[in-house]
Amino acid sequence: MAASGSAPPSPRRVVGVVGVLIVMAVSAFAGEIPRAERRSGYELMSPETRAMQDDDTANPGMLWVLEGEALWNRKIGAAGRACADCHGDARATMKGVAARHPAFDAARGRPITLEQRIGACRVDRQQAPPLAHESRELLALTAYVARQSRGLPIDVTIDARTQPFLDAGRATFHRRQGQLNLACSQCHDDHWGRQLAGNVIPQAHPTGYPIYRLEWQAVGSLERRLRNCLVGIRAEPYEYGAPALVDLELYLMSRAAGMKMDAPAVRP
Amino acid sequence: MPVHPSRREFLQATGGVAAVLAAGMVISVTPARATSAAMDEAVRRVVGPARVGKGRVKLELPPLSENGNTVPLTVSVESPMTPAEYVKAIHVFTELNPQPEVASFRLGPRAGRARVATRIRLATTQTVTAVTELSDGSFWSDTAAVVVTLAACLEDA
Amino acid sequence: MAGALINVPERAKRGEIVEIKTLISHPMETGYRRSQTGARVGRDIIRLFVCTYNGTEVFRAELYPAIAANPFIVFSTIATESGTLAFQWSGDNGFSVTESATIAVD
Repeated sequence: MAASGSAPPSPRRVVGVVGVLIVMAVSAFAGEIPRAERRSGYELMSPETRAMQDDDTANPGMLWVLEGEALWNRKIGAAGRACADCHGDARATMKGVAARHPAFDAARGRPITLEQRIGACRVDRQQAPPLAHESRELLALTAYVARQSRGLPIDVTIDARTQPFLDAGRATFHRRQGQLNLACSQCHDDHWGRQLAGNVIPQAHPTGYPIYRLEWQAVGSLERRLRNCLVGIRAEPYEYGAPALVDLELYLMSRAAGMKMDAPAVRP
Repeated sequence: MPVHPSRREFLQATGGVAAVLAAGMVISVTPARATSAAMDEAVRRVVGPARVGKGRVKLELPPLSENGNTVPLTVSVESPMTPAEYVKAIHVFTELNPQPEVASFRLGPRAGRARVATRIRLATTQTVTAVTELSDGSFWSDTAAVVVTLAACLEDA
Repeated sequence: MAGALINVPERAKRGEIVEIKTLISHPMETGYRRSQTGARVGRDIIRLFVCTYNGTEVFRAELYPAIAANPFIVFSTIATESGTLAFQWSGDNGFSVTESATIAVD
């Protein structure tokens, strides 16, 4: 194990990860998950946690969706405009939008996340102050929009424009990082289904974002979850909105293409 | 960076895990934690001198929790729930959380059915106890053991 | 912004036992956590939940810090008459939220 940092990793985390490393040392490299074997993190959860997600009146993520609906209809900013003024009824107009993000943005010349898209509308169209990363308002709006893609297959566009960013995201997924020198693929392609600390390692398909993560006791974005992963392998987490994170998000969504969205999901 | 509740704080407080966190995070000094004695005392405060029988009440918890921050719990009591014979209250206690009380539910004949559900926090692997008070003044209890582990890939280093 | 989700059937038969599910947005700060400077983060929880049926209390829950964030409470009541079920949550720092739902009882 190549440890290059200064502070030693926490003993409890070392116990968990050393277990995984031992498993890795003896098993062969598995490669990308075949399409037919892809499973949502939902399927690896306990029945109790699944029940929490299944009932809209018991799913804490729906509290954010409820808030998002109120924000969608609120006029704000110098333009005195609500999302609804341009986009009408989200139930109709936002169908499939979350399933297609990250999507290429011509103005920026690169793919952007749904959060970045909402943030841009907020500043450019509503002329309101920008929303902070992981702010309650931004998460509520994202949750409300993502909810409208529930049941729809993930469908991000990979073409000449987005290909280079997809490739960058794939490279990040396969690159060893951090003090623990682990690549995402080692857990999520090669060892999904096995136990790491208290949870089962999922395949890491972002079908349910933004999720209500039990560990956070709140709704959070895919970027927040990815930053947690990076902390988990003792790597410096990329900043919110960093191209490396967005490219990785594009790769993960592409890797999950065709899987059904289930936002707002509940996850451990 | 938002600070979020986590069992690590409970565990640090209870001294149950000697976790060395990365530079920048303080390891808190150990305050008193609930013990079986504290729980017994909390039950006594509710029950008084009455004897607590086993049975009548059923406490349901997953034996292995997905995350200690949110553990689904259901308590039900066999009772006809008539004005003559009903459940007055259901109390829930933990053994090893910082304080033993979890919740007290007040029912009555209008409940129709003596069954409540909620989600609780468990600081560590431990036993949870439910005590019910019936209209005839009797008390009954049930216990359930839950294994609580830490999640992987947390917020802060 | 404290939102609440309430699941009550819109109608029921007289005498039928109806199950009510409630979910309210609240961090339920335990008071046992310490911030990164080592200072205690003060307790901020919902302490009481009361349900009344046409003004009569039919259910009450006293909550402590061990109740998970965004408290979820499921309980039942007998559908006695048409009317209003009112739900009140109150707690630390003057927290007070009231929601209601109507039920039609045949």
